[in-house]
Amino acid sequence: MTHLPTRLLPLLLLSLCLLFSSTAQAQTPAKAEQFTLSNGLTVIVKPDRRAPTAVHMLWVRVGSMDEVDGTSGVAHVLEHMMFKGTPQVPPGEFSRRVAALGGRENAFTTKDYTGFYQQIPASRLEDVMKLEADRFAHNQWADAEFNKELEVVKEERRLRTEDKPRALMHEAVEATVFVASPYRRPIVGWMSDLQAMTPSDARNFYRRWYVPANAVVVVAGDVNPAQVRRLAEKYYGVLPARAVPVRKPREEPVQSGVRRMDFKAPAEQAYITLAFKVPGLQSLADKPSDTQAGDSDALALTVLAAVLDGYSGARLERALTQGDNRVADSAGADNGLWGRGPQLFTLEGVPAQGKTAAQVELALREQVSLIARDGVTEAELNRVKTQWVASEVYKLDSVFNQARELGSNWVQGLPLDADEQLIARLRAVTAEQVKAVAGKYFGDDQLTVAVLQPQPLDKTRKPRTPPVGARH
Amino acid sequence: MITIKKIATYAVLTGATSLFYINLALAGIPIEHWTQASGVQVYLVPSPAIPMVDVQIDFDAGSRRDPADQAGLASVTASMTSKGVLASVGAAGTEPALDENALSEAWADLGASFGAGAGSDRMSFSLRSLTYPDLLIKATQLAARQLGEPAFPPAIWLRERETLNAAIREANTRPATLAARAFNSAVYGPHPYGFEMTEATLARISVADMQALYRALILPCRAKVTLVGAVNRAQADGLVTQLFSRLAATATAPAACPALPAVAEVAALEQPAEKRIAFDSAQAHVLIGQPGFKRDDPDYFALTVGNYILGGGGFVSRLTTQVREKRGLSYSVYSYFAPGLHAGAFTLGLQTRPDQVSQALKVSRDVVAQFVANGPSAAELKAAKDNLVGGFALRIDSNRKLLDNVANIAWNQLPLDYLDSWTQQVEKVSAADIKAAFARKLQPEKMVTVVLGAADAQK
Repeated sequence: MTHLPTRLLPLLLLSLCLLFSSTAQAQTPAKAEQFTLSNGLTVIVKPDRRAPTAVHMLWVRVGSMDEVDGTSGVAHVLEHMMFKGTPQVPPGEFSRRVAALGGRENAFTTKDYTGFYQQIPASRLEDVMKLEADRFAHNQWADAEFNKELEVVKEERRLRTEDKPRALMHEAVEATVFVASPYRRPIVGWMSDLQAMTPSDARNFYRRWYVPANAVVVVAGDVNPAQVRRLAEKYYGVLPARAVPVRKPREEPVQSGVRRMDFKAPAEQAYITLAFKVPGLQSLADKPSDTQAGDSDALALTVLAAVLDGYSGARLERALTQGDNRVADSAGADNGLWGRGPQLFTLEGVPAQGKTAAQVELALREQVSLIARDGVTEAELNRVKTQWVASEVYKLDSVFNQARELGSNWVQGLPLDADEQLIARLRAVTAEQVKAVAGKYFGDDQLTVAVLQPQPLDKTRKPRTPPVGARH
Repeated sequence: MITIKKIATYAVLTGATSLFYINLALAGIPIEHWTQASGVQVYLVPSPAIPMVDVQIDFDAGSRRDPADQAGLASVTASMTSKGVLASVGAAGTEPALDENALSEAWADLGASFGAGAGSDRMSFSLRSLTYPDLLIKATQLAARQLGEPAFPPAIWLRERETLNAAIREANTRPATLAARAFNSAVYGPHPYGFEMTEATLARISVADMQALYRALILPCRAKVTLVGAVNRAQADGLVTQLFSRLAATATAPAACPALPAVAEVAALEQPAEKRIAFDSAQAHVLIGQPGFKRDDPDYFALTVGNYILGGGGFVSRLTTQVREKRGLSYSVYSYFAPGLHAGAFTLGLQTRPDQVSQALKVSRDVVAQFVANGPSAAELKAAKDNLVGGFALRIDSNRKLLDNVANIAWNQLPLDYLDSWTQQVEKVSAADIKAAFARKLQPEKMVTVVLGAADAQK
């Protein structure tokens, strides 16, 4: 064998862990702290004093999954409208002030949450906390602002989805995989829903969901928790408490039979994706006796995805994209692991020239079957665990990513140290568990298969006419 | 999947630009610099807080040195270095060859990574490792083999070429790719900055070409190495020596490194050009621009501050205000310069519904023309300085960002106190400086315009 002797690997893993814990004591990246204001708003502070900068984020536990049919995309449209002013801050002024502070800012919307952030010199923290608290509580704009911004959002949909065949197929796949779950709708919204969206749709969504007990403020960087607590009390603590709306479960019914779809789009390469419904991780309870079977399986499925596709030359790449008779130009695996809604394990691939999507499907599923039959090696298992442990050190370099992780964990109801706990739990996954889940979740009944069927491109055809009702 | 409000617009300039410093009263960034006997130039910023190190090695081996009929050579050479290493005799005895999978497994087992890529000017190798001594020495030794003894296996290259060809054909069905190709060709003409890697150019590249490139350009005496992480000077020096131990065997110092042939400059445009390309897409793609300026241009700071105001500064630039905020014409609209060893392009870009192209074109052209004619207002200049000076620390607040900045100093032979004096340089820029610099560099009446997918495009 040409690589490192297998017997070295556990030692390596051990030394990585020792390194991490001893360094944690020596270098002391301070622990994150969390507290709740009297109106129910949560605050998380993560000091990191390496540079005189800070990041301030506001996360609201509301995303596209909280929308209802007919107004898909409204969570994201509202995210845009949050930049359009308050009684104190005229349209465009929020961004001008953040820029004048030396700051950078943006916002993001997913199925599970909506977030806003500013990266600033640490000395400017109070200014952005004041601005963000103001728009969280007092967002207000004229209908004309809404109508202009809606056009921007439609352009965003055209850019990100309509002119990207795989993104367009992905949207159709989710609408096929999920029947009752709101995960079936695209985050950006269907074009027809955007065409029909009204200012009051956005205002109603804002009033309903932007309440203190449905939000967390995350501050990371060159700050101290006492200072942040004082500022949070001053600017966020004074906002009136309001009830968080009751959420309907909208649970996805059990799928009983494979779903197959073709998707035709202008492209050169075919593309196939296989989505298997799998359990998501519900809790990080550390005692095995407390853990639901689904939680153990979710963790083992994440290890399985890493063994298949967690590093260059992992099983899928080796089996599908190498050798004289390779079937694919690329191949991948991913396990959703956790989220507010139902989770999927996906396999995907791009057929090599002269090969078909059906051949790629067979090859992908064969790799899972091989693990179900023969299991994985200790070397593979240790390799993926080593990478996770190392990544725990590397992630310390980005204050922004640490804040992002803290916010995302809060959205899912996870504890502050969820990521450390997750790594510990993943490290405990055995080869036997990985083999077991490979045999358990990859039959036909919970599977949706989608194939992008490339269509010839007519480069000389006139562009599509704008959809009916488009504003000018 | 995440949808964000604004796609990351291009940085004001390319990697070369992100250099600012926050507090002049404080001590500056302590960059240590020395040259090893082999000719390797080393730049180090110790950053002890996290037990990790990032290393970047830059060579004058970017795509500007590609032969015209082998466009893509630098890029594929860089990516092929990860496809296996040769057997060799090292300090610990004979080391067997590693194929691509054994090599990537070895990296994964170390929890470290090493890779290479080529830009227009540089070929860069990047190592990231934990600094636990046993791990770091193994990672350094492996990196040394990959840097010094890449196998370039011919069969793997044939496979990679097939995959690249398929990816090129797929990319050529996408409007953004086609618009960019037309734009680059019109702005750069025959200059290498405008070369496009195609199936035809890839067909002319063999592993022998890669090995020849390597022998000529990837030499210790041509290397600039930047390190940021939990290593001191002695450790860094040892690490770099180790990194180059396998290259040094095939190339002896400075005599092996005569000056490289000069690469021609980008020619100015003689006349405006407008390319209207029919395409069936939901959005038309618009690109407007011309050759810009070189990184060593004395107007660098005036152009950096000016472009922040014109089209670089987040939601507050003139272009974003006029095209997006006031008219809702585009999700993304931006301008940027790309200064390098040659005059990289000034580019203005946007995407809009096909029937809105005329309006978007007129608005954005007017914005550029007015800015070039009149320069910024006093209020705009103040806002730009507030952001660039005030936000300087955000450009250097992680090891990764520091690495980019220090490698930029090394590559462009900037003074070691460059970061410390950056805000002063920005503060010195006046509205008149910006107006004069833009008038020198941009000729709105001679720019290239590419519109792909407009409603009125003819076959």
